[in-house]
Amino acid sequence: MANGAPPPSFPSRKGEGGAEPLLSVKNLRVSFPTHRGRVEVVKGISFSVGKERLGIVGESGSGKSMTGRSILKLIRKPGLVTADRMEFDGIDLLSQSEKQMRSIRGARISMVMQDPKFSLNPVMTVGEQIGEALVTHTRLPRREVNERIWAMLDSVRIDDPKRVAGLYPHEVSGGMGQRVMIAMMLIPEPELLIADEPTSALDVSVQAQVLDIIDDLVTTKGMGLILISHDLGLVSRYCDRILVMNSGVVVEECAAGELENASHPYTRGLLAAMPTINEQRDELPVLDRTQWAGT
Amino acid sequence: MSAIELNNVDISYGDSKVVHGVNLDIAEGESFALVGESGSGKSTILRAIAGLAPDWTGGISVLGRPRTHGIERRVARQVQMVFQDPYGSLHPRKTIDAALSEPLAINGVGNRGERVAAMLMAVGLDQRFRFRFPHQLSGGQRQRVAIARALMLEPKVLLLDEPTSALDVSVQAEILNLLKRLRREQGLTYLLVTHNLPVVSFLCDRLAVMRHGRIVEVADVALLKQGKLVEAYSQELLAATEGIVLVGTPS
Repeated sequence: MANGAPPPSFPSRKGEGGAEPLLSVKNLRVSFPTHRGRVEVVKGISFSVGKERLGIVGESGSGKSMTGRSILKLIRKPGLVTADRMEFDGIDLLSQSEKQMRSIRGARISMVMQDPKFSLNPVMTVGEQIGEALVTHTRLPRREVNERIWAMLDSVRIDDPKRVAGLYPHEVSGGMGQRVMIAMMLIPEPELLIADEPTSALDVSVQAQVLDIIDDLVTTKGMGLILISHDLGLVSRYCDRILVMNSGVVVEECAAGELENASHPYTRGLLAAMPTINEQRDELPVLDRTQWAGT
Repeated sequence: MSAIELNNVDISYGDSKVVHGVNLDIAEGESFALVGESGSGKSTILRAIAGLAPDWTGGISVLGRPRTHGIERRVARQVQMVFQDPYGSLHPRKTIDAALSEPLAINGVGNRGERVAAMLMAVGLDQRFRFRFPHQLSGGQRQRVAIARALMLEPKVLLLDEPTSALDVSVQAEILNLLKRLRREQGLTYLLVTHNLPVVSFLCDRLAVMRHGRIVEVADVALLKQGKLVEAYSQELLAATEGIVLVGTPS
C-alpha cells in the first residue's frame, strides 16, 4: 500500500518520517463496578495509530470493543476510563468536555458499528441519516448536502443513490445497510475511522466487498483506521499492523504479514483453531484456557 | 437407506416462494452441508424437514418414510435441530436440567435423571452446570447444552443451522470437535447449514451450494478442498472465503 506500511521494527512506534502519530494511548484502563468490586476489562494497554491500518483482534470479552469505545469516550457511567495519556492530533481526549467531544465525534474520529439493523435509526431515511452527520458539523446549503449524500452513496458502490437515499433502513439489505453506515461515517471526512466488527453481521461474499470499500476509502483519503474484529484472517488481510488482545491486555503486536510467525501461545492457539478450506486435521487444537486467566 | 430425501420440494412463506424444486438425497451416516449466502433458502430447507415451515409441496422422506406437513412425533424422535444462536434458543427461565428433561417427558421416556447426567458428560459439560440457568453459561457452554438437548431423544439425524457462527474461533473449534466426535460415537447423520466453507471442509463429506432458493451444485468435499467446484457461483463463494481466510501479506 502507498500509505507506507510501518516496517516490522517495533517498537519504534512514532509514525513514519518522524511525524507524530494521529492517536496515542498510554496505559488505558476501563473498569466497571460489580457486586464483587470493580472489574477491569481493559488493563493498561498502550498503542498509537498513524495514517495506517491497525487491527485489534481478540475473542469476546477481551476488551477490544471497549478500547475502541473509550477512544470516543462512549463509555458511560458507571464505567470508568483512565489513561496516562490519550491524545488525538495534539488534543487531550481525556480532558475534553462532552460538548467538545461532540465536535470531534463524527467529524474527526468516527466509528462504524457492528450491526446495521440496530445502529441505524428506523424512522429516518437513509439519506437524512447520512446528511445528519454533515449538517451537524458543517454549514452547507441543502442542495449541496444532497449532492454530497448522493456522491457518498455512490462511492460506497450503491447503484441508484437517489432512490436509496429515500429508503428507510428496513428496506435495505444487511450489506447495503452496512455500506450506508460507512457512508454516514465517512461523509464528514474524519481523520480516524474506528470499525468495530464492521462485517460480522454480513455474508462472506458481502464481507469482502464492504472491507474493500473501507480499505479503498481509507487509502485514497489518507485516513487512519482501527479495525476491531475477532477474525484473525480478516484482520491480517486488511491491516498493516495487528494487536492481539486477551482478557484486557495486548499479548502480541506484529506486522500483519508476520502473523504466521506470531510467538505468543494465545495467538498461536487462535491461528491453529481456525479450520482451513483444505482441512486435513482430524481434530482441531483447542486453546488451553488455564494458561490465561479470564475469558 | 437414505436418511433424508427431498423430492422436487418447493417451500413458501405466505405468498412468496423461497425454495424452488430442490432434490436432495442424504445417506444415513453422511455429513452433508448446505452453503450459500443469507436468503438463499438453506435454513428454510432445514425448517421444512423439522416441520417448522409447513407450507411446502413435493416430497420429504425421513429415514425412508414420507413425512407430513405438521410436527410429527416420529420425526421429532429421529430428527432434531440445533439452532444458530445459543443465546436465543434456550428458555431463559428453565434450568439446564429442565431443558434437557423436557423432550424425555414429552415422549414418555423414563430414567430421566441418569440420561441427563450421561448426556451432559457426553457433550463435555461438568455436572455442576446441571441446575444452572442459561444466563450463567458462556456461549460455547450454551451451544453444548443446545446440542445435548437435541441429542436427548437419541435421534438419527441432526439438523445444524449455523451451529458455530455466533461463537469465537477457539470455542468454534471445541464445538466442531464435539460434533465430529458425537457423529463418530453415535453414528449420526448431519445436515449442516453454514456459510463458512472451512467448517464444511472440516466436518462434512458432501455439500450443496444454494443460490436464490435453488441448488446450484452438489459436490464432494474433496473438490472443495482442492478448490475445484464447477459452477461459477461456487467459485465466487470460494474466492470470497479464501480472500478472507488466507493469512498472508496485505495486498
